[in-house]
Amino acid sequence: MLKLDRINKIFNEGTPDEKIALDNINLRLAPGDFVTIIGSNGAGKSTMMNMISGALMPDFGSVTIDSNDVTRLPEYKRAHFIGRVFQDPMAGTAPAMTIEENLAIAYSRNQKRGLRFGVDKKRRDFFRTSLERLHLNLENRLTAKVGLLSGGERQALSLLMATFTKPSILLLDEHTAALDPSRADLITKLTKELVEADNLTTLMVTHNMQQALDLGNRLIMMDKGQIILEVSEDKKPGLTIPDLMTEFEHIRGEKMNSDRALLG
Amino acid sequence: MLALFGSVEQGIIYAIMALGVYLTFRVLDFPDLTVDGSFVTGAATAAMMIVLGYNPLIATLAAVIAGFIAGCITGLLHTKGKINPLLSGILMMIALYSINLRIMGMTREGGAGVSNVPLLNTDTIFTMFQNFWGSLGIDDTISNMLREMGVESVPTTYGTVLVVLIITIIIKFIADWFLKTEVGLAIRATGDNKRMIRSFSANTDRLIILGLGLSNALVALAGALIAQYSKFSDIQMGVGMIVIGLASVIIGEAIFGTKTIVRTTFAVVAGAVIYRMIYAFALRVDFLDTGDMKLITAFIVILALVVPQIIDKQKEKKRKAKRMAERNAAHIPAPVEQGGNPLA
Ligand SMILES: Nc1ncnc2c1ncn2[C@@H]1O[C@H](COP(=O)(O)OP(=O)(O)OP(=O)(O)O)[C@@H](O)[C@H]1O
Ligand SMILES: [Mg+2]
Repeated sequence: MLKLDRINKIFNEGTPDEKIALDNINLRLAPGDFVTIIGSNGAGKSTMMNMISGALMPDFGSVTIDSNDVTRLPEYKRAHFIGRVFQDPMAGTAPAMTIEENLAIAYSRNQKRGLRFGVDKKRRDFFRTSLERLHLNLENRLTAKVGLLSGGERQALSLLMATFTKPSILLLDEHTAALDPSRADLITKLTKELVEADNLTTLMVTHNMQQALDLGNRLIMMDKGQIILEVSEDKKPGLTIPDLMTEFEHIRGEKMNSDRALLG
Repeated sequence: MLALFGSVEQGIIYAIMALGVYLTFRVLDFPDLTVDGSFVTGAATAAMMIVLGYNPLIATLAAVIAGFIAGCITGLLHTKGKINPLLSGILMMIALYSINLRIMGMTREGGAGVSNVPLLNTDTIFTMFQNFWGSLGIDDTISNMLREMGVESVPTTYGTVLVVLIITIIIKFIADWFLKTEVGLAIRATGDNKRMIRSFSANTDRLIILGLGLSNALVALAGALIAQYSKFSDIQMGVGMIVIGLASVIIGEAIFGTKTIVRTTFAVVAGAVIYRMIYAFALRVDFLDTGDMKLITAFIVILALVVPQIIDKQKEKKRKAKRMAERNAAHIPAPVEQGGNPLA
């Protein structure tokens, strides 16, 4: 489904600020895989997501989606196969437009946009039933401007918009990090429901280790631009936070930088 | 009264230009300065073709296409040439100055740079309509009615205002429809959140180019109509057009609001007419001269931009004072002012 081959990315190459953000990343996802990604700040998690979405191009290596080499495909073309939710609740929706208009934009993701009305009767019914799955009563606020929604509501809407066209790959980059705990839990629950409903192939970055253990069938840990640990489908169910900490020490020969973020 | 009637007619034509400015400044969030040039391009193209004997309708259509191309080039400069939006527009505006002289030069043999083309004894869209309208005799009926009601000076015809009204209303409805189509939604989202619309597989570069093209097509249409209305095209007629467009948008939005697209496009059209009326009144003031109009326009825009801020601040102050008063009355100690919770 998704294949990353020897991806390398260096920022500011040849300057004193040189930074190896990704160092020979190899990753394979089978259809329906749900991989959670943990790692300290600056480990390269977001950079890896940006390589997959096409927001950044690798210096070296290739990205394959559905056996198509998309390495040189611009972001907007890859978006046909990729759904994304960003960390910033403001980033995934158009605030000056209404809920139904935002959904209409998401709806046209994998079609050619034409001169048809973005929102017609049939689509509005579909949007309404889709919104009901969020249990936020948004189905009764179709013509409200998205800028009026709370961060949690916007993130739930972003999640729906990213998933309801059933993308080949779903990328979630700390999409609950900007929310308070109860709303974060709600979005986590929704993520689980929406991903499971369509069996979406998903990559989710999180700083919350518990969340990383609870969700998904696989887990990877990144550090300094490398994938240092891969937990397979059969090992993941029994895994605990202390297990992860010991693994890290074992691999890196140093204590895990137990900053706030890592323990969530 | 008569002067006011003329300014309404003109205002309705300028409303088309204002809708173009609305499309770039507000919808696309792209401050496009091409307008000063593309307005003249529209006027020059239409005037040149009419003088060369083309049907005014075809001449007007050609003007629209010329404006569309000009806007697309500004879009290309910005998206492909990575030139900042303001500079892209300014570059195109300057380039169009020379091009417009050339376009008008086509009316004369060996005339490379002609800065004025009169349309004195030629057909225009308006004379064409007048031929038909005049035969209906409606003008006399209305004028007689007005005279009976005691109105002294009556316009010679109501045909012109009717044509421009029909054209502008049609364009307003097309704009309303377009901004709700899939492409229209994508253009609006491009102005609202580029990152988001890109993640939904829209080519923002192409949408910006299209938006700028459509905007300048409208501006050029307004130019072509103004040229036929005032029976000349002049290289100077576009100076300050962008500020006039902006003034119309801001005045309209301030008075009529921006709740929905349909409402906003109406506000823009009405704003353009109101602007023309203010302009006409300002000209009546003895110590003001036509040359002062640009200064007055700039002043109107500054006012329209600053006054709402002051009003908002005043309202906020009043609200706070009221809340404090209520609190004091209830003898509840005021809690520490909290930062707005973005998730609330
Ligand atoms: N556009 C850029 N230019 C220069 N350096 C960058 C750029 N983007 C990221 N980096 C650097 O690359 C490294 C990896 O960044 P990245 O954002 O991928 O980390 P991350 O794992 O997502 O961290 P966090 O948990 O803080 O989000 C960091 O050191 C960062 O400073
Ligand atoms: Mg990150």
